[in-house]
Amino acid sequence: MNKGNMKGKMPAGGRKIDFKLLGRVIKLLFQSYPRLLPLAMFCMVFSAAVSASPALFTQEILAIVDKTFKAKLPFSAVADQIIPLVLTLLFLYILSIISITVQTQLMAYITQGFLSKMRRKMFDGMQNLPIRYFDTHQHGDIMSHYTNDIDTLRQLVSQSLPSLLQSCTIVLTVLFIMLWSSFWLTAVVLVGVVVMIVVSGKIGGGSAKNFIRLQRNVGKLEGFVQEMMSGQKVIKVFSHEDKSREEFAAINEELFQSSYRANAFANMLGPIIMNIGNVLYVIVATVGGMFILSNVPNYSIRALVELQSGIPIGALNIAIAISFLNMTKQFTGNINQFSQQINSIVMALAGAGRIFGLMDQEPETDSGYVTLVDAKMLPDGTLTEADGHTGLWAWKHPHEDGTVTYQKLEGDVRLTEVDFGYEENKLVLHNVSVYAEPGQKVAFVGATGAGKTTITNLINRFYDIDDGKIRYDGININKIKKSDLRRSLGIVLQDTNLFTGTVMDNIRYGRLEASDEDCVRAAKLSGADDFITRLPQGYNTMLTNNGANLSQGQRQLIAIARAAVADPPVMILDEATSSIDTRTEAIVQRGMDALMKGRTVFVIAHRLSTVRNSDVIMVLDHGVIIERGSHDKLIEEKGKYYQLYTGAFELE
Amino acid sequence: MFKKFLGSVREFKTPTILTLIFIVAEVVIEVFIPFVTALLISYIQTPSADPLADISFLAGKIQPTDTLQMPVILGFGITLIIMAMLSLTCGGVAAYTCAKASSGFSRNLRQDVFDRIQTFSFENIDKFSSTSLVTRLTTDIHNVQMSYMMIIRTAIRAPLMLIFAIVMAAVMGGWLAMSFVVLVPLLAGGLLLISRRAMPAFRAVFRKYDRLNESIEENVRGMRVVKGFSREEYEKKKFGAAADDIRADFTRAERIVALNSPLMQVCVYANMIFVMLVGSMLTLDSFGELVNVGHMSAMLTYGMQILMQLMMLSMIYVMLTMSSESMKRIIEVLDENSALTNPEHPVMSVADGSIDFDDVSFKYSAKAERFALSDVNLHIRSGMTVGILGGTGSSKTTLVQLIPRLYDVTEGTVRVGGVDVREYDLDTLRGAVAMVLQKNLLFSGTIKENLRWGNENASDEEIVEACRLAQAHDFVSSFPEGYDTHIEQGGTNVSGGQKQRLCIARALLKKPKILILDDSTSAVDTQTDAFIRAGFRSYIPDTTKIIIAQRVSSVQDADLILVMENGKIAAMGDHQTLLAGCDIYQEIYTQQTRGGGDDE
Repeated sequence: MNKGNMKGKMPAGGRKIDFKLLGRVIKLLFQSYPRLLPLAMFCMVFSAAVSASPALFTQEILAIVDKTFKAKLPFSAVADQIIPLVLTLLFLYILSIISITVQTQLMAYITQGFLSKMRRKMFDGMQNLPIRYFDTHQHGDIMSHYTNDIDTLRQLVSQSLPSLLQSCTIVLTVLFIMLWSSFWLTAVVLVGVVVMIVVSGKIGGGSAKNFIRLQRNVGKLEGFVQEMMSGQKVIKVFSHEDKSREEFAAINEELFQSSYRANAFANMLGPIIMNIGNVLYVIVATVGGMFILSNVPNYSIRALVELQSGIPIGALNIAIAISFLNMTKQFTGNINQFSQQINSIVMALAGAGRIFGLMDQEPETDSGYVTLVDAKMLPDGTLTEADGHTGLWAWKHPHEDGTVTYQKLEGDVRLTEVDFGYEENKLVLHNVSVYAEPGQKVAFVGATGAGKTTITNLINRFYDIDDGKIRYDGININKIKKSDLRRSLGIVLQDTNLFTGTVMDNIRYGRLEASDEDCVRAAKLSGADDFITRLPQGYNTMLTNNGANLSQGQRQLIAIARAAVADPPVMILDEATSSIDTRTEAIVQRGMDALMKGRTVFVIAHRLSTVRNSDVIMVLDHGVIIERGSHDKLIEEKGKYYQLYTGAFELE
Repeated sequence: MFKKFLGSVREFKTPTILTLIFIVAEVVIEVFIPFVTALLISYIQTPSADPLADISFLAGKIQPTDTLQMPVILGFGITLIIMAMLSLTCGGVAAYTCAKASSGFSRNLRQDVFDRIQTFSFENIDKFSSTSLVTRLTTDIHNVQMSYMMIIRTAIRAPLMLIFAIVMAAVMGGWLAMSFVVLVPLLAGGLLLISRRAMPAFRAVFRKYDRLNESIEENVRGMRVVKGFSREEYEKKKFGAAADDIRADFTRAERIVALNSPLMQVCVYANMIFVMLVGSMLTLDSFGELVNVGHMSAMLTYGMQILMQLMMLSMIYVMLTMSSESMKRIIEVLDENSALTNPEHPVMSVADGSIDFDDVSFKYSAKAERFALSDVNLHIRSGMTVGILGGTGSSKTTLVQLIPRLYDVTEGTVRVGGVDVREYDLDTLRGAVAMVLQKNLLFSGTIKENLRWGNENASDEEIVEACRLAQAHDFVSSFPEGYDTHIEQGGTNVSGGQKQRLCIARALLKKPKILILDDSTSAVDTQTDAFIRAGFRSYIPDTTKIIIAQRVSSVQDADLILVMENGKIAAMGDHQTLLAGCDIYQEIYTQQTRGGGDDE
């Protein structure tokens, strides 16, 4: 269990069961298994009930044997009494074994099926969430939905809920038999149960307080460890090992203090409830004895029923008292079972709450209807849809009358007077206008936080603008289906993300139907082929852990190849070559220039040699475009760009 | 495997042993409580018999009467309450000591693992990803703590109860106890078989499960790529297949374990039937000689207990095996020995900043086919400024990492101050060689705290001086809180260039004999970069400076420039010689200066 991500998992109020959440989990369970779940539940209740009944038969057999023994008769004398009883027992046992087998097998199936369903639901929902969600939530936190929270849910479904159901069945059955036998003694038992609940509530409260502290300390430790582990090399270089050991020891000690307190409270719950049970046993015995002696009428359901038929209410008798004592044991045993589950139920529901929280996130909305299709030109000069990749695209406009028209994709992107802020009232871009004509290379330069990346986030609609207009080939981008809009834009980001799989798989991610030859061609274009062929298994080299076995520059080259194989009409390169040395970059540049000939490219780079040959360079400062023009023009103007270029101020 | 862990118990041996003692005491009391209650019941049933008749030394203490006597009931009651109190005390104390012992054990273990990681060399660090180390320090240790708690609470309790029940059954069940001769091996064998089958299944599933979670993480991290290529549906399909696969495997494993309960019931019920049928036959036909009713009812009680305890033991076994993956991962760290060790008689001081590479070759792992560095010969005099240029993957970083002995050479020798680096005390060597890493990192804390990594006892003046030299003083003073400005984790609240300059200042505070900058000014503007280098020349002339850079301008005024390619030094010399004689250098130079700008 990844505890560090459990910060805030314990509800601040202590251990209260959120019944609404529990209801939702149970409802989902029923929806997933409308037939199997009731069957499993029936088996649970049945086996709980059956497990109690053999006692009746064994008692009877023992009584018969005892009587026969005293009468000194052989077995054959009572065989016809005992054998049917044993056969009944055997029958019950077989039923019980069948039902428990069915129940446990079903629950194994249901639990895993349910978890798998929840996982998929979460994952599918997550794919449709806006980028904003991922930008505003820590990845570790998102992950913990799939690890911790699902794990707690597994415990809930496979253990807590069945055991709760069985305990409840037994408690209710016993309670009924108790009421059937004697109101007075039932009242005594119930008082004892109230005491148990109060005491365990008190201890539970203390435990919860310490658990919250524990979670906080776990979080603190994890934070520290995370920082230290990623800075381990710096620690080495500065011989800082002893210092970090000391710091760790202090945090570790705090964790220890809260951990043992929380666990001590939790561990005590069992002995306390069991021993209250023991005391209750004594009290029931004493009170029972008193009732027997004092001849007080024993009110009970049975007595009341019998009263109807004229039988007067008698005193408590010994048989009832003894059966009551056994029931007290059973009762408290099950309450103990129940209390042991409370902790994990509360935890599981907190997890379920978080899981639902993720599932309930508002998905990315998309009201676009214009789609992107591969196109081919008919001899008469009109465009029509093509079956496969042609390198020519068209926007497909459906009209209300059912007809469609095709418009050639040119790659003309215009931002007009765009305002945008990630948070309300905090604009990051002010009145930004950018005109990129088909085939132009537009560069953005400016300091970190000036808003360069933000502009690209708006073009592909990772975020929506607050004010202004963005038109793509004259179409308002809100009218373009998001997935098609994004398909038309190849993006290479500074932080390269590769997926587990071969190098070939990773390149093919850009266009799933691309052939191996297509991928190799793209790799050659982007200058990646050279190092890939030198890898031990070439294109079939497995990449794991975000391509950890490659250098940052090599990862970037693969990312560029991935975008190249998609062969998109418009390309956004966001610091795409920042970790590639200048010589290799020149090779990449040549390849890219060949690839992007006649296509629109947006480039963000802090290395000015990368942007120098752009058609237009936009200098951004605090979300405002302060200069624009070609390299030569800007150098001539001797403004900010000139200063940047001559190294008079820092870029990042 | 367990032995290794026991070493971490240390001062928590006492609470551990106390837990065991109190649990034994609790078990003993717990075992006797039903005894007393049975006496009480038999008294209520037949007040005319001496309830203590079976217990010879107490027999006759109570005068049997025809009706129930309240004082007798109260007497039993008080005895029981006292026992309950004792049991509560033992249970409570055990709960406390157990929590203390297991939390303490995990504290020590965590510290041991952390300490072990601190001894790791770069080679060891490369082997474990930082996230996997974090998991080991948190989740895995938590799992082990839980197992420890389980062991000391239940692992003594279950066998004890088992032994007690077996003894009682043997004593009180007479011949009927023979049923256990068949049933116990049957159940134990069955449970073992189930665990044996389930364990590998679970282990495989857990490994798959880890991979599934890794792929989710990959998806979350790469969400911009997923959305950028509109691959949402593809990802869903991919995940769906993986999730289904896991579900099938998980269900299979769980279903094997789920056989435990039916098996248990079969044994319990077989015992019941045996006792009922054979018991009553034997009782009646032997006229109580072989077996009597008492034997029968005792068998019912203790038979249940024996099988229950066996079940508990099998549960412990299952839990332990499940957490054994965590244990293995922890052991992996504890068993990882640093690839670098201090020599027996280390050299404790570094004479000067001269560096010599003699026929040095290096590869990152013995298994690697290719050498990352080969045949490097290099001699640097103390106080020289050396620039290193070269493409991605040309092993520039590898070369300099050998100087502070972050890795050991595979062949040849590296000498600092005329002495083989392997003969130095590591702290001494690294104290004299300051290195600013390519992936430089600031830690959460104030700027001052971060700088003091270089020298714990640096005075404020020294700090300011180092920052001036690294061209960091101006921007630090411009912050409202100056040197007390808090740096966020990862240094996210300062710009890249600022971070680099702070890292240089931090290294300068070490007052090193050798200063290595591994591409440490890439985000610093060229002018500031030049100021920093000028400062080095005038203020730390005796320090050997090694500068790895992408920009020619950063190295062109160095005394010696190395051009690296494919793990070899392709050319060596000063700016003019290289410009005249080295193609690669020429190419880089023209590439970077083409089109004017630098010629202003």
